[in-house]
Amino acid sequence: MVEWTDAERSAIAGLWGKISVDEMGPQALARLLIVFPWTQRHFASFGNLSSPAAIMGNPKVAAHGKTVMGGLDRAVKNLDNIKATYAQLSKLHSEKLHVDPDNFVLLADCITVCVAMKFGPSVFTADVQEAWQKFLCVVVAALRRQYH
Amino acid sequence: MSLTVKNKDTIKSFWAKVAPRAEEIGTDALSRMLVVYPQTKTYFSHWKDLSPGSAPVRKHGKTVMSGVAEAVSKIDDLTNGLLTLSELHAFQLRVDPANFKILSHNLLVVLAIQFPDDFTPEVHVAMDKFLSAVALALSEKYR
Repeated sequence: MVEWTDAERSAIAGLWGKISVDEMGPQALARLLIVFPWTQRHFASFGNLSSPAAIMGNPKVAAHGKTVMGGLDRAVKNLDNIKATYAQLSKLHSEKLHVDPDNFVLLADCITVCVAMKFGPSVFTADVQEAWQKFLCVVVAALRRQYH
Repeated sequence: MSLTVKNKDTIKSFWAKVAPRAEEIGTDALSRMLVVYPQTKTYFSHWKDLSPGSAPVRKHGKTVMSGVAEAVSKIDDLTNGLLTLSELHAFQLRVDPANFKILSHNLLVVLAIQFPDDFTPEVHVAMDKFLSAVALALSEKYR
């Protein structure tokens, strides 16, 4: 069972409350596909991914970014039970999508960079970064759990 | 995953913006690393104060960033250019190389915070590749 301090809960909720999934989801996914291009292997059907400009303008990337980021909402709302909340998603990523779980960390890092850029130094302090990264770590662990 | 000519140009022009704030950036990256990845504190048990922005953290942030600056200047041959630094890390400091990745991550987060308009995905990928290449060069003499 993951233990969250009040400060951590408050930091995570505080950030999430001000994040627009529709805005940040596309940014984070585009960044993943640009910074770690091998992740494009899962998106062959998405059309033109041939350059950063193409990726950032690709509507399928944007749509999927919103889907993925939206998935975090369930984790934020179920902080004390992320493992169970994500059991089906984990099976999906393992058995149907065949995503290498190391990729989850790469996306988590891209999300963290987007969050850092949005909130700046006075909000995204070291303590807030710690809480946020701990949250993403738990999410990633939950997504890895059903892999065998 | 070697640096392309375009990567190097991107890195050098971005670094020109970073250099004037190097000490502040190094301090913040190190501070965050010590808070977010507490296992890294094990390398600094000899410091009196490990809190964010403390004097030893500030001093060391400056040291680390001058190392990165040196790497930028030797970007065309990092392995040979950073040989002395590699020997230092391998034989004296004996920092587990996994930690290079951790510090790199925190440097990228601070760069994103300080340069929200400049830290585009293209700059991000170039800097990530560069810091990975620096980490590799620093690991050269380990075994």
